[in-house]
Amino acid sequence: MQTIIALAPLVSHRLCLAPPPFPRHRLLCRRAPSIRLPSHRSSTTSFRLLSSFAASRDSEMATEDGQDPRIPKIASSIRVIPDFPKPGIMFHDITTLLLDTEAFKDTIDLFVERYKGKGISVVAGVEARGFIFGPPIALAIGAKFVPMRKPKKLPGKVISEEYSLEYGTDKIEMHVGAVEPGERAIIIDDLIATGGTLSAAVRLLERVGVKIVECACVIELPECKGREKLGETPLFILISSA
Amino acid sequence: MSGNKEEVDPRINGIKTKIRVVPDFPKKGIMFQDITTVLLDPKAFKDTIDLFVERYRDKNISVVAGIEARGFLFGPPIALAIGAKFVPLRKPKKLPGETIFEEYELEYGNDRLEMHVGAVEAGDRALVVDDLIATGGTLCAAINLLERVGAEVVECACVIELPELKVCCREI
Repeated sequence: MQTIIALAPLVSHRLCLAPPPFPRHRLLCRRAPSIRLPSHRSSTTSFRLLSSFAASRDSEMATEDGQDPRIPKIASSIRVIPDFPKPGIMFHDITTLLLDTEAFKDTIDLFVERYKGKGISVVAGVEARGFIFGPPIALAIGAKFVPMRKPKKLPGKVISEEYSLEYGTDKIEMHVGAVEPGERAIIIDDLIATGGTLSAAVRLLERVGVKIVECACVIELPECKGREKLGETPLFILISSA
Repeated sequence: MSGNKEEVDPRINGIKTKIRVVPDFPKKGIMFQDITTVLLDPKAFKDTIDLFVERYRDKNISVVAGIEARGFLFGPPIALAIGAKFVPLRKPKKLPGETIFEEYELEYGNDRLEMHVGAVEAGDRALVVDDLIATGGTLCAAINLLERVGAEVVECACVIELPELKVCCREI
């Protein structure tokens, strides 16, 4: 099994050269498989993600060459399942990361080290996988945790923000009064693809006067251009997957 | 732990006062116990996790299973602190790859809880976490799932119990 190590942003464009293997309309994003990916695609058994390193636009990973030494183990613990939830999608499954106690701890530590002491009072997590990473980060940095949920899950008064899906729209909701104007927030999800959900979360928080310091995800699918959708809002990721 | 009247941990009251009760949600007559207000208080949230961690850290627990979605809020911090793996138990069709499921009854009809094949191994000692236990239907399904793959369920742990609703499953 190969591990691809790339120093983002220099190399990331090289991972997008192969044409998509499936008809365009069947893809959530026009995702080209890495040209160095061995053909595990037909199997549904557990296999490893080939990873590249990622950093935010500012390339703020810990070590001099841009790679934190904990990243390869985290990347290799993530499983890619082909054709889920529908044909053509390569689903990045973080549940295998959660089974590796060291990798899970390292994942949280990487975020905590970045955000501790930065005056962040709110960690917002997008349902449901953002609920797995957000609370440990919030607890470690002394921030409150705010769940951002699908419609009708939160009791009491909520505000909502609509966002586009491939076909149709969906909504994300937050409790009224959970956050206050002037608070500094980060938004957590396991993965950013098109950025639809995350940008809706950003809009929702900004509407109530919160400053979004950064969005943070374990995985980015760069071909889906979520980073562009976030516009001015910074994005920090651990792993970029082509 | 908190059930013993002579020895209520002083942190419990602080947590209790943070839980918000929302009447008539999701439908009329239900007094919904909303834990999101606990999460807004870093001290109360930390105390909640600490109480569970103190109870389970020396019990050789290798798996913390959390029930979607509010079990995902409490399970992972506990798992991280006690060095256990975290296993999400999810509604149908959310988990990719091979899964096993357990059906359970709702007031009207049935639902299913799913778990990944291979996430839990025979001999694993498991803790099941959810925010609240009402009838216990979901928790019982979780126990059954874990026991079917040979894990030992050491305990179920919830922030809140609604004792007037009968727990449908045996005492653990």
